[in-house]
Amino acid sequence: MSTLHTINKSPFDRNSLGSCLRVISDSDAILLIEDGIYAATSGTIFSDVVKAAVQSHSVYVLGPDLSARGMKEGGIVEGVNVVDYEGFVDLVAEYDKTNSWL
Amino acid sequence: MKLAIQINEGPYQHQASDSAYQFTRAALAKGHEIFRVFLYHDGVNNATRLAVPPQDDRNITQQWTKLQKEHDLDLVVCIAAAQRRGLLDEDEARRQGKDANNIAEGFRISGLGQLIEAGIEADRLVVFGD
Amino acid sequence: MAKKFLFVNRKAPYGTIYALESLEVVLISAAFEQEVSLVFMDDGVYELTRGQKTDGIGMKNFSPTYSALGDYEIKNIYIEKESLDARGLTLDDLQHLVWEDEDDDWAEKDSIHLISSKELAAVMDNQEVVITF
Repeated sequence: MSTLHTINKSPFDRNSLGSCLRVISDSDAILLIEDGIYAATSGTIFSDVVKAAVQSHSVYVLGPDLSARGMKEGGIVEGVNVVDYEGFVDLVAEYDKTNSWL
Repeated sequence: MKLAIQINEGPYQHQASDSAYQFTRAALAKGHEIFRVFLYHDGVNNATRLAVPPQDDRNITQQWTKLQKEHDLDLVVCIAAAQRRGLLDEDEARRQGKDANNIAEGFRISGLGQLIEAGIEADRLVVFGD
Repeated sequence: MAKKFLFVNRKAPYGTIYALESLEVVLISAAFEQEVSLVFMDDGVYELTRGQKTDGIGMKNFSPTYSALGDYEIKNIYIEKESLDARGLTLDDLQHLVWEDEDDDWAEKDSIHLISSKELAAVMDNQEVVITF
């Protein structure tokens, strides 16, 4: 079974991203939403972690949440893909189940 | 696909309800079926009829009521969480001896089993929370 | 066909209501004859500590309810070892949860399985529905 992991909290606030990466399986993907989008921005102390994640998993970030927070699509970690809500829906359908890290 | 959505947080305090709403709209636009939207924990507060939010911003409860009407959605408020937080429909108010009810149009109160059933019947369950 | 449900607990008790209300969902799920598993990781491991005395904070101590899980045939309770270790805890600090195996002359068996992150990854991968609080 493949899993879409959603992360909605900033990595500076909560360790959801770290915990997710401890138990993620090879075929799983990550979608950063709400305050979780900050993990996708480049130049942070978490960028290396995200860069490493991108090597082995598909990592997505919700565009509308990036824009809302004034983060530019051009300023995100390379390899992270921007999706909108319809893309979010597609990901939920594509992966066998969704695990929302709260 | 049949989707089930769980909302764990109340309106405005967290983005959960907004994210769930945008997700649900997008899913409907893509032709998916929404089996149920289940409100748990403070999520039950999305169902209050009495909110008077500022006019220049979205009215979260009314958005859900409108979407429910347009697509005949099943918006379920967990009775246990609702009782704890003071969300009552007419029957519950009468049963509990309260002098008012406050559930908005389009929402129905039901048991926690509705969440499990949603997990069983839907192809996907997505949780929005804190 | 029963689905594999996983309930994820990552939050400490009492500071928020998630631990209590998630337990209420788990108990209801027992009536639906699905394959239910629970995972306690991160601060969720604190939900199971022994000796919770809540008089001082004026809240109900709901921790005894965990011992009822076995009566409801909920016996796949996973605890992530890394989370326990990080918090300086061992299984001895947690409640000893058991269930009685009807097929084994009602022998009492451990419900709690202490597993590594890697093993937990495999458990989670195998689930069909994940409910988080």
